[in-house]
Order: sequence, then structure tokens, then C-alpha cells
Amino acid sequence: MILAKDISFQYDANHQFDIPDIKLDEGEELLILGKSGSGKTTVLNILGGLLKPQSGTVEIGNTSIYDLKGAALDKYRGANIGVIFQKPHILSPLTVEENLQLAQYFSEKREKHLIEKMLNDLGIAHKKNSKISSLSEGEAQRVSIARALVNNPKVILADEPTASLDDENAAMVIHMLKEQASRMKSALIVVTHDQRVKEHISNYILMGGVS
Amino acid sequence: MNMLKLSWKYLISKPLNTGLNILLLALGLAIIAVLLLVQDQFESQMDKDAKGIDLVVGAKGSPLQLILSSVYHIDFPTGNIDMKEAKAVSRNRLIKNAIPLSLGDNYEGYRIVGTNYDYLELYEVEFEKGKAWQKPFEVVLGQDVAKALQLGVGDKFMGSHGIGSSSHEHDHHAYVVTGILAKSGRVVDKLVLTSIESVWFTHYEEDEHDHSAMDRPVATKGFPNTEGDREITTLLIQYRSPMAAVQLPRFINSRSSLQAASPTFEISRLFELLGVGIKMIKGLAFVIVSIAGLSIFIALYNSLKERKYDLAVMRTIGASKKQLFFHIVLEGIILTGLGALVGILMGHLFLSILVIGQEQGALSSITPWVFLKEEVWIVLFAVVVGVVASIIPASGAYRTDIAKQLTK
Repeated sequence: MILAKDISFQYDANHQFDIPDIKLDEGEELLILGKSGSGKTTVLNILGGLLKPQSGTVEIGNTSIYDLKGAALDKYRGANIGVIFQKPHILSPLTVEENLQLAQYFSEKREKHLIEKMLNDLGIAHKKNSKISSLSEGEAQRVSIARALVNNPKVILADEPTASLDDENAAMVIHMLKEQASRMKSALIVVTHDQRVKEHISNYILMGGVS
Repeated sequence: MNMLKLSWKYLISKPLNTGLNILLLALGLAIIAVLLLVQDQFESQMDKDAKGIDLVVGAKGSPLQLILSSVYHIDFPTGNIDMKEAKAVSRNRLIKNAIPLSLGDNYEGYRIVGTNYDYLELYEVEFEKGKAWQKPFEVVLGQDVAKALQLGVGDKFMGSHGIGSSSHEHDHHAYVVTGILAKSGRVVDKLVLTSIESVWFTHYEEDEHDHSAMDRPVATKGFPNTEGDREITTLLIQYRSPMAAVQLPRFINSRSSLQAASPTFEISRLFELLGVGIKMIKGLAFVIVSIAGLSIFIALYNSLKERKYDLAVMRTIGASKKQLFFHIVLEGIILTGLGALVGILMGHLFLSILVIGQEQGALSSITPWVFLKEEVWIVLFAVVVGVVASIIPASGAYRTDIAKQLTK
């Protein structure tokens, strides 16, 4: 499902990131733990097709994503990779439902029923016509999860999804991610420094920081 | 969801900013629209009313005033001329036809024009009701006059002395309406037409007592028959040959106490005079449009800073660089396109307000709700302004570095 091999990346000569090979099959979970500055987010960006590494390949569903050019990579990412950020980053001029519609529009998927289903599954169907500013933090994070998952992605990447949440909401978010990933048979990768997540995902690797 | 809706949502999330930009652009374009409409209609109206009139002969004075008063019926006449002299001039072999006009009276502000049937032919009038005058004090009303004053065939009224509506009434003899003209879109719509004799009889005391004159038929061609010293106001002249344009004006201006003026020449002179003002207003309009364009640029450029994160998020969920570029350009186009539509609407609205209460003035012939081909150019021009204003912010969006934005 996702395979990252021989990846090397550096912002400059003194910041060589040591990036382990990663291989996950459908339905599998992985936790990448590390302190801030250890390159966790860089790894996530590389895996998500947002940042091209100096060398190595990232394959998602048998497609080597960095061999795709320009818009093709954007469309592939939109359709096959769901990214969840530390902060919700929902587009505030749009309503909850429109945020999800936009994700389908950009990735050129037109499966309206998935929007309804995702909103129902995450318990935010009653907020579908709400403005983003009227949502609580927990609800906002759920909307961002719904938007990442609305296209049934092959890989779900979550960057510090629990960092700004209390214990209860953090557990809820991790539970939701795991549940949806296993339902959609997606590979789930969570990048975090939050030790609370370890209780839920046993398979983890540690990032050692700058070498 | 589509690009148009997306851009629209972002615009209305800042209603005040968006509204102000649209209004500013609309204001500039409204001025341009008004100028276009007025110029087009005014000029074509001027041409229509002067059609068939090659030269106007009247008392010495301002030639422009002579044209305005006797062709367009907006200014005051320069004075009267002796009919014998007018007759002599009209016998010139270069003249095909000379139509005498006798002005000076009005009814409720509508000018009473004493003339003959040639004037009716000149404007190719058709009668909606009744027929032309045959005896003194019989009149034919233009369509607008009949409508505004609610007069029909057989109705009587008293004329007043002077051109304006507030002058004293002639209380001796009433005019009788014998016909009403169909709408022609030319100056006759706003006139009360009658024979030259009618105008004379209201002004010359001795005729009033000669009651047999009242029942004699009036002259329908040429000049009325009379032995007395009589005056008319102007002569409208049609040339027999192009040669006349060269010789006749000079001949009349130098050899007689009369003045000759050419409508075409005087009107182009008038537009030249107005041209300076029109150019200034046009310049002002373009300055406003440029400021609006600048304001749209600044608004988009500033919003780009706030929106870098949104743009990066759009990229993560599958938007391509081109789509982001298009997203910003589309905002510019929506802003300016709406501005153009609002501006054109404002222009027409402004014109229709201007025309209200102007039934008799120079602007009365303007129809505010006619749309011109040139207005499509206004919309295109506005859209070009929108594209130009948004191209720098849009290329900023195009270059958004997703990973860098998201890790900030």
C-alpha cells in the first residue's frame, strides 16, 4: 500500500535527515514518534507527496508518486492521500459540507454519498451547513478528518492530530482515525510527539533527530 | 462545488471590501456609460433633426443660437427678419426650397411654430388624428405635446407670448386643434405647428379687426400673400446643388442684412466646445477605474498573505497550481464583471433620473433604457482590468510552497 525506500532529504548540508524505510499494507497502522525538530513533519510531507526528497522513492498503491508531474501528482494526492494537520485548517469561507465537496472537486471524484456517510460516521451531520467559525475545536478537528477521508484514500497521514486536544478529545480523534482506516482498509500513519497516542497504536518507529 | 463558487465564497466572506471595490469600479464605468449613451443619442438626435436642412437664414447674431433656436427649438431666436428680404433671398437659383418659420409664442412651454406644409414634408410627418391646418388659428400638435397636455382634435387653447412658459397670455383669439401627429422621434414631437398667418394675427392689432381675414385659407406653400410690412423669424433652406454650399452662405452674409448658418458646421463646432468638458469627465472616469483596479489588486494581494495557508490546504486536497492561479484570477474577474454590470445599470439609472422633468429641454429626446453595443466593450474592458489586477497575486498563489506553508 505504501512503500518508502532509500529516502534522503536535507534542507542544507548540516541538516541531513535520517529517514527509515517504511512499508505498510492496507489496514496497517504506524506511529512515528520523535521530538520537535527530528524531521517527523518532513517525513510526513515526503510521504504525502508535498515535498520531493533528494533521492529514494515513495510508492502508494504501486504508483511511484514523485514520477508524477505537476497537476497529475496533485490529483493523485487529492484522491489517494488524506492529510490531517495539527490544527484543523478548514477553509473558513465555506461551510462544513462545502469543505468536503471541495476535496472531491479538486480530486475529481464525484461521489456525493461519501460526503453524507463521512459526516454521519464522524457525528457532525447536523453541522453540515454550519459556518466553520461556529464549530468547537473537537468538531473542527472532526471536520478536517472527514475532509481528509472523504475520497477513501489509500493512505491517511496525520501530523500531530492530538497535540492541541485534551485527553478525552485526543482519544476520540485517535479512535476515529483507527476506525475509519480499518473500515476503508487504508494505511494509517500518525506523526506525533504525543506519548498518549502510543497506548492506541503499538507499531511505532522513533525518529532520532538531526544526525 | 466549482471554481466559480469557490471564488465567490471567498469574495462574500469579505462583504465590505468586495462591495467597496465593486462600487468604486461601477462608479467609474457608470460615468463612461452615461457619456457613451448621451453622446450617441444626442448626436444621432441632432443629425435626425437637422436632416434635410442645408442652411438657416435669420437675423444677425450668434450663428449657433440661430441653429439651436430654429432647427432644434432650444435657444431663443436671434430676432426677426423682413419678409420681403427673405423672399428675395429665397428666389436665388441655388435654392431648391425655402421654408419660412415664425417663432415667438408658446403654449405651456411648448413652442408654437408658424410655417407652411413644406415643414411637415421636411419631417415626413404622419397624422395620428385629424389633418393639417387650413385657416388661421388652426394648429397641429406634436405627439408629445398632445400627450403631455391631454389635448385632442377640436380642443381650444390660448397661446402665450414668448418662448418660456411664464410669459403673458394672448387673450384675444384661441387656437383650435385640427390634427395630432404620430410619434416621429424628431423635434416636431414637441412643437405646436400652425400657419404663419396665425402668428401674425396674434401680434398685429389691425388684423384682429379684419374679421374676414380669419376665414380666408392660409398659404400652404411659400410665403403668405400680404401687402403689409411683415416679419418672419427664419428661413430653412435646401440647396439645389452642392455648389450652393460654397456660394450661398457667403452671398447672404455679405450682401444682405441677414445671416446664414449651416447646421452641420455649427453643431460640429458645438461638439468641439463641449468636447473639452467631455474629455475631462472621461479622463476622470478612467482615473476612477484605474484606482478601482489598483484597489482590487491591493485587496487580492493582501488577502493572499492571509490565505497562503488556505491555498496550501487546497493543494493538499488535490488542487493543481493552475487551479489556484485560476481561483485568484477568477476573483478579479468576478469583481470587475459585477462592477461593470452594476456600473452600466447605474449609468442608465442616472440618465433616467436626469431625464425626469425634462420633457421640453435638450435632454428630453434621450431614452435612458436603450443598450448600446459599446456597453459590451465596457464589460470587456472591466474584465481586462480584473485580469491585470489579479495576475500578480495569482502568480503568488501559483508559486505557493505547500510544505513550507504547512510547517510554519
